[in-house]
Amino acid sequence: MAEAHKPPQDFTLRLRRYDPESGDAPFWEEHTIQLGPHRSVLEGILQAKARFDGSIGIRCSCRAAICGSCGVRINGQPGLACHTHLDKALAASRDGVIEVEPMGNMPVIKDLIVDMDAVHWKKIQRVTPWLINKEPIPEREYIVPRESMIDVTQSMACIQCGACVSDCLSMEVDPLFVGPAALAKAYRFVGDPRDAQQFERLKDLAEDPHGIFDCTHCFKCIEACPKGVAPMSQIMRLRRRATGDHHIVDRNNGERHEAAFVGLVKDHGLLWEAELLPRSYGGNNFFGKFAPPSALELIDSLPVITKALLRRKVTPMGALKPHKLPKDDLKQVKRIYDTVEGRDERIELNLYISGYDEDVEEAPA
Amino acid sequence: MRVAYWPGCVSRGFTPELHGSMALVAPLLDIELVQLDRACCTGAGVIAEHNQELADTLNARTFALAQNVDGAELMMNICSTCQGAQSECQERLDASAEYRAHVNETLAAEGLSYEKGLDNKNFLWLLVEEIGLDELRARVKRPLTDLKVGPFYGCYIVRPVDRLGIDAVERPRDTYLAQVIETLGGTVIEYAGSHKCCGFPIITMNKEASLKQAGRHLGDAVDADADCLVTPCPLCHLNLDLQQPLAERTVGRELNMPVLHLPQLVGLALGLEPKELGMQRHVVKPSSVIDWTTSVVAGVGT
Repeated sequence: MAEAHKPPQDFTLRLRRYDPESGDAPFWEEHTIQLGPHRSVLEGILQAKARFDGSIGIRCSCRAAICGSCGVRINGQPGLACHTHLDKALAASRDGVIEVEPMGNMPVIKDLIVDMDAVHWKKIQRVTPWLINKEPIPEREYIVPRESMIDVTQSMACIQCGACVSDCLSMEVDPLFVGPAALAKAYRFVGDPRDAQQFERLKDLAEDPHGIFDCTHCFKCIEACPKGVAPMSQIMRLRRRATGDHHIVDRNNGERHEAAFVGLVKDHGLLWEAELLPRSYGGNNFFGKFAPPSALELIDSLPVITKALLRRKVTPMGALKPHKLPKDDLKQVKRIYDTVEGRDERIELNLYISGYDEDVEEAPA
Repeated sequence: MRVAYWPGCVSRGFTPELHGSMALVAPLLDIELVQLDRACCTGAGVIAEHNQELADTLNARTFALAQNVDGAELMMNICSTCQGAQSECQERLDASAEYRAHVNETLAAEGLSYEKGLDNKNFLWLLVEEIGLDELRARVKRPLTDLKVGPFYGCYIVRPVDRLGIDAVERPRDTYLAQVIETLGGTVIEYAGSHKCCGFPIITMNKEASLKQAGRHLGDAVDADADCLVTPCPLCHLNLDLQQPLAERTVGRELNMPVLHLPQLVGLALGLEPKELGMQRHVVKPSSVIDWTTSVVAGVGT
């Protein structure tokens, strides 16, 4: 505990300042503050505000990482200002100065304050963020098995700080993407045994071109979340439920792509890219590539295909003939498929809930 | 050093020049590749999305095969996506003895079993951590003088940091590409897209968004005055190189940015010829775009 009481030292903060009403462009401003190394970046900003410039804009409330108000980018990484130690921030800085800027993907209202209403909350509302009761509604509380709720506790840990939205790389190019926070919230209800409209929720989000299949699997939200919600993992759960449990075939090729990928690896052991693409568009079978959607896609991609063939990057034979595992190994792979897919229930290990063996062993009795 | 080598699927399919150049570069670095011919696709996250236990079991089989390679110090891959997909499965397998036993039960029929704690490294990590930058520098025959290279890592090899064993001080694996470029004598170009997503995973689901990502990062690299990009991920290579003509169409600007595979860049510096390294196979020909007369010693024809 001695570390927590280290004497104050100098830290320099480089704050991104912007006041749209002034008509001036955004600019950087540096302030040197004095605090103990285990105090937070938020405390540093508040000291700068109190000592040097009362006009610095920052939103905050609880200062204990539970209200989700002080989401910012520190040295380019999104997170909570109140949940980041000054010494850690200094260690991660590029040039010995802690850089603090507003979150991304949302308009800046002033300095470090972004417009959560315009983006984050709109998207949360998009997913119907409340329980739709199963009928008949019981007179008293719903009784559900304890185990059936464990699965959604991870998504319930969300404090709506917007850190994941800030750095979502799909949203960066597609602002209409429903996004990590809202989709994690959607799973909170899709995974809730009391909800009456799980199928409708999934169908809606699978058919939306900016829904669950618009996630590019970049792990940014997992890295950003200060609460371990792992929004991307929740999006994958939504996909698994939509395709595996409800057999929703969507217009975005999400289900077909998954089925084609999983099927090709089962049949060949290795991926056959030339077959994966047309099947993702046209359907997961040999004739998929002759279906109209894959023909359209083929025409659209002609410039690329021609070049690849001309450069001998892909040979016609290479495209037509898959690379395959040796026979005996392919048999093993197929047997694993049959065993695992033949189970009555999918087995999922969520480390957020189960924890790690070492942690359990090392925990004091 | 002897390694159990997992080349992946795409390096033998749509980017054959990657597997080919790795095979040429390995002996120059005294790496003996024992190819895991019997191993199957890692699932690239898609099989895990379909059924987590299936992906874990298929990859546990690969890990078990790697552990059976005599004298292999570790397992090596040349694909960021393979690294990420395998690390995810390995994290679960290593975290719980009970779950590991359950998965091994499925593998038992083949006499295979995965023991906790396999060392599985991408070629990039192996270069820095096992071979070492000093050793690499000593072997450079043709320094990449004046070649301005932008690193492009691929998401799966930089996030999430805990799972991938990245530590800002002890093991800054998310800076290794820049370190390798410098070691080979090149100039590192910093640009916004180096650690972002190439967009490939959604190419069939939202083609426009996917190509916008590729186009944006390539454009950022152009604006930062890079001669070329280098990536340890063949899937990123597909979206950044193969799809570049479509990315150009989507973002409405000319890009013309060559993208090299990591073993190709290393191979160039170690004295191999661009043609041996399959560089003429790229959609954006590095040989016609880069001014090799000033960039690299010795002429580099097509």
